Parts: sequence; structure tokens; C-alpha cells
Amino acid sequence: MRAQAKLGLVLLLTPLLLWLTLLIFIPHVDMLLVSLRERVSAGVYRTSLANYWAFLSEPLYLRTFMRTAVMSTLATVITLLIGFPVSYYIAKIARGRVQSALFLLCLVPFWVSELVRTFGWMILLRETGIISNLLQFLGLVEGPVEMLYNDAAIMVGLVYTSMLFMVVPLVTTLQTLPDEVVEAGYDLGGNSFSVLREIIIPHATPGIVSGCIVVFMLSLGNYLTPIMLGGKDSLWFTELIYSQFIVRFNWELGAAFGFMLLLLSSAIVWGMLKLTGQSLERTVG
Amino acid sequence: MTPDLECQSLTKRFGETLAVDEVSFDVARGSFFSILGPSGCGKTTIMRMIAGFLEPTSGDILIRGKSVLDTPPNKRPVNMVFQHLALFPMMNIADNIGYGLRRAGMGKADIARKVEEALDRIGLPGIGHRKVDELSGGQKQRVAIARCMVLEPDVLLLDEPLGALDLKLRERMKVELKSLQAAFDTTFVYITHDQSEALVMSDRIAVMNEGRFEQVGTGQDLYYRPSTAFVAGFVGDTNRWFGRIERVEGDMLEMRTESGMTLRGERHGRALSTGDRAEIFVRPEAIRIAHSAEELEHFDNRISGRVTSLLFNGADSRILVDAAGSDEVAVNLPQSGEFAGLARGAPVHIGWSGAQGNCFASPEA
Amino acid sequence: MKLQTTAACSAVALSFCVAVAPATADTLRLLTWGGYAPDDVIAQFEEETGHTVEVTTSNNEEMIAKLRATGGGGFDLAQPSQDRIAGPQEEFGIYKPIDMSQIDTALFIPSMLEATKGNTTVGGDVYGVPHIWGTSGLVVDTANAPSVKDYTDLCNDDVAGKVSYRLKRPTLIGFAFAMGMDPFAAYSDEAAYTEMMEKVEAKLIECKANVKTYWDGSDQLIGLMRSGEAVAAMAWDAGGWKLNADNPDINFIAPTSGALGWIDTFALPAKGKADEAAYAWINFVMKPEIAAKITESSSYFTASKGADELVNEEQKARFQASFPPEAIDNIKWYPTVPTGLEVIEGGVLDRVKAAN
Repeated sequence: MRAQAKLGLVLLLTPLLLWLTLLIFIPHVDMLLVSLRERVSAGVYRTSLANYWAFLSEPLYLRTFMRTAVMSTLATVITLLIGFPVSYYIAKIARGRVQSALFLLCLVPFWVSELVRTFGWMILLRETGIISNLLQFLGLVEGPVEMLYNDAAIMVGLVYTSMLFMVVPLVTTLQTLPDEVVEAGYDLGGNSFSVLREIIIPHATPGIVSGCIVVFMLSLGNYLTPIMLGGKDSLWFTELIYSQFIVRFNWELGAAFGFMLLLLSSAIVWGMLKLTGQSLERTVG
Repeated sequence: MTPDLECQSLTKRFGETLAVDEVSFDVARGSFFSILGPSGCGKTTIMRMIAGFLEPTSGDILIRGKSVLDTPPNKRPVNMVFQHLALFPMMNIADNIGYGLRRAGMGKADIARKVEEALDRIGLPGIGHRKVDELSGGQKQRVAIARCMVLEPDVLLLDEPLGALDLKLRERMKVELKSLQAAFDTTFVYITHDQSEALVMSDRIAVMNEGRFEQVGTGQDLYYRPSTAFVAGFVGDTNRWFGRIERVEGDMLEMRTESGMTLRGERHGRALSTGDRAEIFVRPEAIRIAHSAEELEHFDNRISGRVTSLLFNGADSRILVDAAGSDEVAVNLPQSGEFAGLARGAPVHIGWSGAQGNCFASPEA
Repeated sequence: MKLQTTAACSAVALSFCVAVAPATADTLRLLTWGGYAPDDVIAQFEEETGHTVEVTTSNNEEMIAKLRATGGGGFDLAQPSQDRIAGPQEEFGIYKPIDMSQIDTALFIPSMLEATKGNTTVGGDVYGVPHIWGTSGLVVDTANAPSVKDYTDLCNDDVAGKVSYRLKRPTLIGFAFAMGMDPFAAYSDEAAYTEMMEKVEAKLIECKANVKTYWDGSDQLIGLMRSGEAVAAMAWDAGGWKLNADNPDINFIAPTSGALGWIDTFALPAKGKADEAAYAWINFVMKPEIAAKITESSSYFTASKGADELVNEEQKARFQASFPPEAIDNIKWYPTVPTGLEVIEGGVLDRVKAAN
């Protein structure tokens, strides 16, 4: 009996442990080791922190990281501002089939690959694209308008890509808020704003926090959207990592960048959690 | 004195269905008014219209003589205790109770004082810092009421707030609610499907069915003088027979039941004549029980049969008697304990006077 | 899609081939560029030799990264550019020497074969033989950007906001030539090269206002030019010819400072398992009639001797319009890239991208 229970536990834990070691632990240790290597000459390496020093001493890298972090934060905030009313509508106002249909609509963009989605935005936003042509047709603008290749286009792409990851946790938490609690808020004299601030948002906080973490991390780690929609100035941190690994053959620096991305983004998330008085356990659990 | 709450021809339609049909009533200041009805009868709809969460299709709602139809729920001098209480889990008890006062723009110190007072009043002093889920069901109940009462509403609406409690607590809370109402001296409008809650607590009760009020009156009125068959059947336990009227003599009448028995009953001035389809209600406690038929000779209605079930419930124990050819008849056992030894299958004689048989017209089947 | 088709083909072919083909039937895992291995050529090869071919398309950088990640495994034949073989080979050892006795050298244009062998020799061993060559230069909408004759003309005012190029090393090299410098001569002198790149960096930052966007993939470039959103771009010849087929105004122009010539090669990954099939493939696609087929489907020219004669007239005409004889002589062929240059260039590219 005891042995059986033990076997059951082992069977349960095996996939988890395999996943943790093979897909999380080993690659990261390998990355760490690579990042601590300094190239001396062809095929000769020594252990040093030179790569991390390179990251910290080159203002371009730090600036690019800061830019990426700020843009991702902005994308997260915009996604939240758009996602919250959408989620509230889906969770509390829409009923039955409308509710599932709306939820499904949020999912639709994920039926095609990220590349196709991004191309879709390019078709819409480009100078000879649909929106530009429509505006000209309506006589609102004189000549073609270029809406692609700038930071706003990146923002649109990021928000669009992230929306589902904000809406799902929000809908889930909002659905657990009983209607009568909201009604009680009104009944006792609250207006829409105070009910939102004192009742709905505090209740939805775990959903908001987990949605924001996911969206922030996804935006920070996004590669395709900033590259394709972004302009000639829009350097993204993942682009730096890619170019170190692939274009420069400088795996050592690329690995160091990867680690810095991991550390700094974790630090930002931790800081945000502290700032909003949330803990990761409460958000996830 | 103007009544605290007055509803005039209140009507609510949801598409094709008529949820509330021309309901009018008023509730005197400081009284405890209940709306009693089965689920789906429209009582919650009335309550939500009074609170302002629903707009009536037609009719008017007046509070202290002023129509509140154009007042949004957060401005109405009405507060509501919700079915599941709807305490705010994200706040502690003091913040829950102080919520309405904060919304009204009261100063911090005043709020703290009022909250303390309210907690004292509900007998839970010093629990202000606790979280909602640290309280017992009864404590939450009291907090929910205190949360409304600090706002000194003209009318407090209660939407089956005892439904989620266990039986013992529910019994205690009935008494407690009644005394809280007396202590706060506020008009309570209470909706429930549980007749005992309504009967115990209310000054007046409206029995509601299919969107209409069947009867409005005191508990005694409803119990002893039901004015419709629905009220007779819904309020209190009762035996019921369907049949046709064979003879009418003043207020007294005779009805032949579907199973062939002849029962005597009283029509209490209702228009019933020979040949009409009718139903007779007899309360189990109105039926006498005897060992021999002779003891019951002075009763108009007599049945001899055997005990089919013993339903022991302390002071409220009963038996079911299977009279030959008739349905099962529920009879209360006298409290004297005289028939305590009655066993299943034992022959018994039961009887009741015709005046106990309340007879109503019944729609043709 | 192509990959799937091939996989399906090979699955069917496998059972079939095992029976008929020689005992040495192998699967050739080919790491190449888009267009270098057309489906009909693969089908013909599989039928004639019994080998099956699995194609993975990539580019220079990714090819090297992939092979580096596996220490030269996972593929049996790769097609990096000839200037990108010696450096990575010295550094990472990802290729194995080519056994020239297995190659039918008579199929190759001799000058190209010798040049490639020379550039890809490391420690006395040859690591690459030529396959496809082409140039990068300018793709220009001559009706709308008549002033663009050289790379630096992309910074002219009359094409402001309608110019595109890649933020990659060919752009740096091209601009250096157009600015009157010779970057290839400075390859071996890191200091001189750094200095040269600094000048190019300044020029590119100054020119940035003119750029609509930096293009990344050839589809993106073709979209930009075809829609008229860009009127001049730095690009490959084949891309320009493809556009020319749709719009006669657009064509590939060899810049006055010279087009940049590249040769893509065949190289054997160090841990390749099907050398025999790899040699068979090389000798097969270098046959003039096969090479001409590849040229017609992809617009690229090959190092196959006599294949030019077999190419259709239209293709020939486009080539001659872009390359008058003196332009051919002026092509700057990429010499081997010494290791370390990528780091200098990378810094320049990052700074250009980040500049405002």
C-alpha cells in the first residue's frame, strides 16, 4: 500500500521534474556558463565577467534595455486599460452565448501565427495600406499617411498580441465577484467610480497583477512585432540578443544579455509587486 | 402618518412574461412587512424595483410619500440586505460598516464612532479589525444589517437573508432580527419563501403567487382566515380534498370528494353552489383522534382507518391515517401524550367539525 | 510547405527506393537558401540516384549558428557564402574538407572554382566549391529616382523618405566603396577597418532621415518597391529582376562604385552522415541543364560551365541590362572575412539603429 502510494507520487512528479531539469534548469545553467566565458582568441576562452561588464559599460545596451522596459510597461498599461472594460463586459454583463462568443473573439487572433498577425497589421497601417487609403477616400487627408515603422505601430502590435493574456485572468477573477456585492456597493451609496475603485478593482487585483506580469514579460520578450512594425529607430532588446547570437557569432555576450534580461525583468516585476503591495503567492495561488 | 413605503399598481414585464402584475401595498412606519411566496412568484422582482436595480414597467413607488422612480439606487433612502449578505471581502468589518458613511462624505472620526456604536448595537463590539471570512454565519448576518442601519435608511429591504444559515441558527436569527428591528425602529421589508420566518417576525405579511398578491394581513389572518385557496394551501400545513358540492345550507356545505367521501365544510361567504367544483382544507391540528367512533359523534366529519405512518417530531408529532378509499390524512397527536403508544397499522378514528373545513372554489380540472 | 512536401515525398519514396535503389541510398539533409533547390530538381535527383533530399532554408548567419550549436551536425550539406567559411571553420571547426576527387571539376567555371578554393582553404584543406553567385547593388525605380546611381545617392534629397536598405554588413561595405574607400583592403588591418567603419557609421546616421525603414527579408523589400513606398533600395540582383518582370521601370543597377559579388558554396558539415549523397547532389546540380533550370526558377546564376547558354532569352536580357561588360569587371568580390570583423561591424550597426 505504502509502496504503491510512493510509486504514484514518483509517477506524478516525473513529468514535472523532467520539465524542470531538461527544459528550465539545464539550458539556463548552460547559458550561465556560456555567459561567463570570455573569448581570448580563436577557440580559446577563459572564465570572466567581461560580458556582463560589456553590458553595463556600453550605454547603448542599457539604453536599449530601458527603452524596451518602458515600452513594455506602457504596452502593459494600455492593454490593461483596454482589457479591463472588455473583461468586465464579458464577465459581468454579457450572458450565455454572447459571453462565450466574445471570449472566443479574443481568441481568434491566436488561430493564425504571430507572423501572419503582424503582416495583417502591416497591410492595415502601411502607406499604401487600407487605413491610409480609407482616410484619403473619405477626404480626411490629402496624401498617403504612413502609420507603420514607428513606436506607435509597435504599441498597437504589442497590445493586440497581449490582449488575450490580460483578458483571461481578468475575466476569471471578475467572474468570481458576485453581482450582489457590486449591487451592495451601489445600494450603500457608491457611485460607479467608487464601486470600481473600492470593490471591483480590489477584488480583481490578483487578476490584474497576473495579467500584467504575463503581458509585460511577453512584450519584453517579443521579437517579431518590434522588428517588423517598428521603425528604423526602434531597437528592441531581444533584437540585440538575436544579433549577438546569430549575426556576430558572439554567444558569450548574447548569453550574458539573456541573463540580464531575465534578472532585470524579474527585478521589475518584483518591484511592481512590492509597489502594489501584492505577493506572488497571492497572485498565483 | 404617511406610510414609509407605498407601491401603486406596480407592474414589471420581462418580454412576454409578467413578473409582477399590478401590485399595490403600503408599509406603515416602523413595521415589519414580509412578502411570502414560492420561488419565481415575483417577490425578488418587487424588492429589486424598490431598491432601484430594476425599473418598473408601470406603477409607482413612494417612500415617505415621495416617488423614487427617478432616484438611482445609490441615492434612495432604502438599503438592502442581500441573500448572500454581499459583505465586501476586500475590506475588514469596520470598513464594511463604514463604507456607506464614507460614500456620504462623513469625517473619519465620526465614521469610527458610528461604526463602534453599530457594532455595540449588534452585540459584536471590538470586531472591527477582523476580516469578513473570520466571522460566523450569524455574525456576518448582523454585520450586514449594521452596515445598512448606520445609514439610517427609511426602509430596510431583506432578501431571504436567513436562507444560507443552518436550521438552529435560523431559528435564533428569526428572534434576533425581530428584536433588531425593534431596536433600530426602522421599517423592514422582508422577502422569503419560508412561511415560518414570515409568521414569526412580521407585523403584516403579503402572500404572493404568480406576480400577484393573494392576501395581505397579519399572520393570524393568513393562517386562520385565508382568503384564497392558494393561501390556505401555502401558509401552514393542511389536508386538502377536491370534489363537487352536493348541498349548500347557509354557510355550511357538503362536498363529495373524488374518492367518494362526503365531507362537510364552511364557505365563509364565498359564492359556491351545488354542482361546483371545490376544495376543502383542514389543518392537521383541527382533527381530533379517538380510540372509538362514539367519542367523535358530535363531529360532522368522521373517518375510521389505520395508521400508515408515525411522524414523530416532539410536540409537533403527527400520524398519517389511511381511511378506506380516501387519501392519507395528516393528524396532529395531542400533546397530552395520550396516543403516544400508537403503532403503525393500529385502527384509529378521526373527526372534525364542519366549521374547520375551509372550502374554496376550484377551477375545473 | 515545401519542407512538408519533401518529407511526404521521401516517406513515399523510402519504401519504393529501398527496393530499387543501390544499397547506399541515403537521406541528404540540405541546409541552403530559398530557391537553390527547386522541387522539380529534387524530384529528378531522387529518381536518378535513389537518395532522398530534405531541404531547410536559411541564411549565412543562421547556417553558421545552427552548425555551431551542433558542432557541425544535423545536416549533410550546407551552402554558406565563400567569404564566411574560413573564419567560422578556424574558430568553431564546423566543416570537413572536401575530397576534390569526388567532384566533377569539369562542370565548374574554372576561374570561379579556383577563386572559391583559394578563399576556403584552411590549413591546406579545401572546404568549399562554388554553386551560385550574384551581386548586391541597387534596385531602383528609374522613373521616380533617376538620380540614384551609387549607394551614397540613397542619401540624396530627392528620394528622402523613400529609401530602404538592410542594416547588415553588405550595406557597410557598399557605402565604404561608394565613399571612395576600399574596405576589402583593410580587412586584415583592424585599426584601419575600424576607422573606415566609423566614417561609414557617421554617413549612415546622417542618411537615416532618408530611410523609410530597414528591410529585413526579401519579401518585405519586394513589397516596399512594388507598392511604390520605396523608390530605391540596396538589394540583390535577383530581387531586382523579379520586380522588373512586373514593372519595367524597376530594375537592378550595378552601382558606379561596383556591385558586391558573392558566391554561395557547397560545404560539408563536420558531422554530416551522407557524404556520398552530398557529392552526388553537387555533381548533379552543376550539370549545365540542371543549373539552367535553377537559374530560370530563381533568377540566380550558377558556377556551372555552359549553363548560361541554356538560360532563356528574357533572363539573359535582364542580366545584360544590369551588367554591361565594364560593370562585370567592376564587381567587387568578397574576400574571406577574418574573425573579429563582425564585432566591429556589429557595434556600428547597433549604433546606427539606436541613433536618432
